[in-house]
Amino acid sequence: MLKPFEKIVFIKDTNAVKADLTRHYAGIFSKYVRPLIEDRKVFVVQAADLGIYGEGLVIKIWPNNIYYANVKEEDIAEIVERSIVGDEVVDRLAFSPDAKQVRVVLRNCGVIDPEEIDEYLARDGYAAVEKVLSSMSPEDVIEELKKSGLRGRGGGGFPTWMKWNFARNVQSDQKYIICNADEGDPGAYMDRSVLEGDPHSVIEGMIVGGYAIGASKGYFYIRAEYPLAIERVQRAIDQAYEYGLLGEDILGSGFSFDLEIRLGAGAFVCGEETALIASIEGKRGTPRPRPPYPSIKGLWGKPTVINNVETLANVPVILSRGGDWFSTIGTETSKGTKVFALTGKVRNSGLIEVPMGTTLREIVMKVGGGVVGGKKIKAVQTGGPSGGVIPENLLDTPVDYENLRRLGSIMGSGGMIVMNEEDCMVDIAKFYLKFCVDESCGKCAPCRIGGYQLLGLLEKITMGEGEEEDLEKISLICQAMQKASLCGLGQTAPNPVISTMRYFREEYEEHVKEKMCRSGKCKRLIRYEIIQEKCVRCGMCYINCPVEAITGSKAKGFVIQQDKCVKCGKCYEVCKFGAILIGSKEPVEHRI
Amino acid sequence: MAKQLTEDQLKELVESVVDRWGGRPDALIMMLHAIQDEFGYIPRRVSLYLSQKTGIPLAQIYEVITFYHLFRTSPPGKHKISVCMGTACYLKGAPQIVEKLKEILEIKEGESTPDGLFQLETVRCLGCCGLAPVVMIDDKVYGKVNPEKIMDILAQYTKEQDSK
Ligand SMILES: Cc1cc2nc3c(=O)[nH]c(=O)nc-3n(C[C@H](O)[C@H](O)[C@H](O)COP(=O)(O)O)c2cc1C
Ligand code: FES
Repeated sequence: MLKPFEKIVFIKDTNAVKADLTRHYAGIFSKYVRPLIEDRKVFVVQAADLGIYGEGLVIKIWPNNIYYANVKEEDIAEIVERSIVGDEVVDRLAFSPDAKQVRVVLRNCGVIDPEEIDEYLARDGYAAVEKVLSSMSPEDVIEELKKSGLRGRGGGGFPTWMKWNFARNVQSDQKYIICNADEGDPGAYMDRSVLEGDPHSVIEGMIVGGYAIGASKGYFYIRAEYPLAIERVQRAIDQAYEYGLLGEDILGSGFSFDLEIRLGAGAFVCGEETALIASIEGKRGTPRPRPPYPSIKGLWGKPTVINNVETLANVPVILSRGGDWFSTIGTETSKGTKVFALTGKVRNSGLIEVPMGTTLREIVMKVGGGVVGGKKIKAVQTGGPSGGVIPENLLDTPVDYENLRRLGSIMGSGGMIVMNEEDCMVDIAKFYLKFCVDESCGKCAPCRIGGYQLLGLLEKITMGEGEEEDLEKISLICQAMQKASLCGLGQTAPNPVISTMRYFREEYEEHVKEKMCRSGKCKRLIRYEIIQEKCVRCGMCYINCPVEAITGSKAKGFVIQQDKCVKCGKCYEVCKFGAILIGSKEPVEHRI
Repeated sequence: MAKQLTEDQLKELVESVVDRWGGRPDALIMMLHAIQDEFGYIPRRVSLYLSQKTGIPLAQIYEVITFYHLFRTSPPGKHKISVCMGTACYLKGAPQIVEKLKEILEIKEGESTPDGLFQLETVRCLGCCGLAPVVMIDDKVYGKVNPEKIMDILAQYTKEQDSK
């Protein structure tokens, strides 16, 4: 049997847009190491994707996992000499692949076994509980959080210390702290990853919170669709009891704290805090007007603090490392990091954690590797169904609560969806609105009726039946919903509509006036045509049409029979010559 | 999952769930989850018994069941039929297939047949428009289906059931 290679070198030209020089560089590299290849000391691989983008020539050396970026041809000899033959690192070129990311919340995810409390303890777990219970007063804890500048990660961005302070200052025989793990934004899974990957950090955050506000009981409200998260949190709670970190007289401090899980049952509105409270009380999850805020009058009428999973996961780090340390990360008004679920038309989708203040462009281009298929990026959506779109020309905005709000979106819980030219903005608005309409609890009229009417108007427009006054009506309904709805769901449901209207009004007008959808999404508004000048008569569209709507032959050329075409877009997809045109509903003049 | 239980077994099950939660009204949702895990849905007679055991009015139990999407009041079918109503399938006759299925199974979308064998759902594009119209039964995809062919396909499942 051949002996395995000692080292493997991965090479990738990460600037490649048109001309990919990976092969060229791999050739040069191979020349330098040829004798070593024969000795099976090293093997050179042209990597397809290293998860690093726009950093010039990148070289990764396995098994040392050394990364070099922006390598020039003249550097190669040195790299071979020192890192292939030798085992040194060329500091001048060294590169950290996660440079843009900072892991605070996700510090333990994927690093420890979430089912073993000992692994969490080994990484300074429960050090914050120990410190707080042995040497800090509740006021000290709140003061430390104030210094840190931590704000709620559940969407609103309310300063956590302030919320805790309100609840602390109310006199009551019983108080509660609740962890909101109802993560309802479709396409987001930050909270789930934290609960599944590092449940103890959230439990620790809750114990600290309970101590600070004077609560002896806490609840996890987890959506039932997350069975693994539920299982792991339950296991973590059991272990914490076993180690005396929950229950009576924790670590001999005299402070007692109990934790229990409550499950959601598939209702988005239960993420709203007053609805969530109703649900924990075992009732229908309908919101009630605020004030009184839960921190004054919450669960069973008692002062209650509700915090998001990610907010709570930040708490132990802040107390262990200090609020001053935490406040060095981020921007003036938004401290720390934010976890996003980056998806959509982006090359490298997944969970990321970046410091506040990172620009959207850096997130999409550097961390996400840009848009798939080399298409033009159109917008980035944040905040899910309560958020909005941010167009391409504003992507250099640093991400923080204020900036996103100013642009008509919100931070939200962390969904981030990249959209390109193939996405229709009217259709996107309709998609999110449909979600909120389906999830409206039906208690208040502005949300129940307004949402339904608004959706009807958008449907009418995407079906090609829109009239000019519809745009006016849409604005009016949006305003009414924002002002008069009872809870956050109804108040924010129009946001996706308002923001797409703000930045892409011309697309709405095209749909209404010209009965045309430039992205080809609204099938009733388009027709596919073969541009005969560009067609090379390869027959791919003919073969692939699912409904035999393309007729003709290689000799005569092909035409699309409009009465048969179902507008599935298959021909457009398979044509390698750009010979299929997406036109407006009205026929383009016939060229055959 | 749907179980055939005797009246006694059913009562025993409800009692164990109620005991675990101390019959507290605030644990209603947790108790309903436990019941649905056992039965696959929440049978009316179980709700009735739950109401008697806990003192929570039946109306209140139903108020909660009907609010939350995850709770079902009818048993899920053994086989889930998903008819694609994406654009290509829609235009190639998916609505006729749905009509046919509704007619022969005597159920509406989202419901299950009384014998619990089939559950009917409509879904968006399944991503195989080339095979339109498409019907998926559990994880199996059937392409170029028409109202006659769907009968033959269903027959395979009914036969399989009968032979057991
Ligand atoms: C319709 C609606 C859905 C919500 N869903 C969630 C959610 O899934 N998770 C969450 O943490 N907060 C959600 N919120 C925000 C919560 O009401 C609450 O503000 C948050 O949990 C407070 O925690 P924080 O201060 O740590 O951000 C939602 C709000 C509304 C109006
Ligand atoms: S459901 Fe909250 S405003 Fe209607």
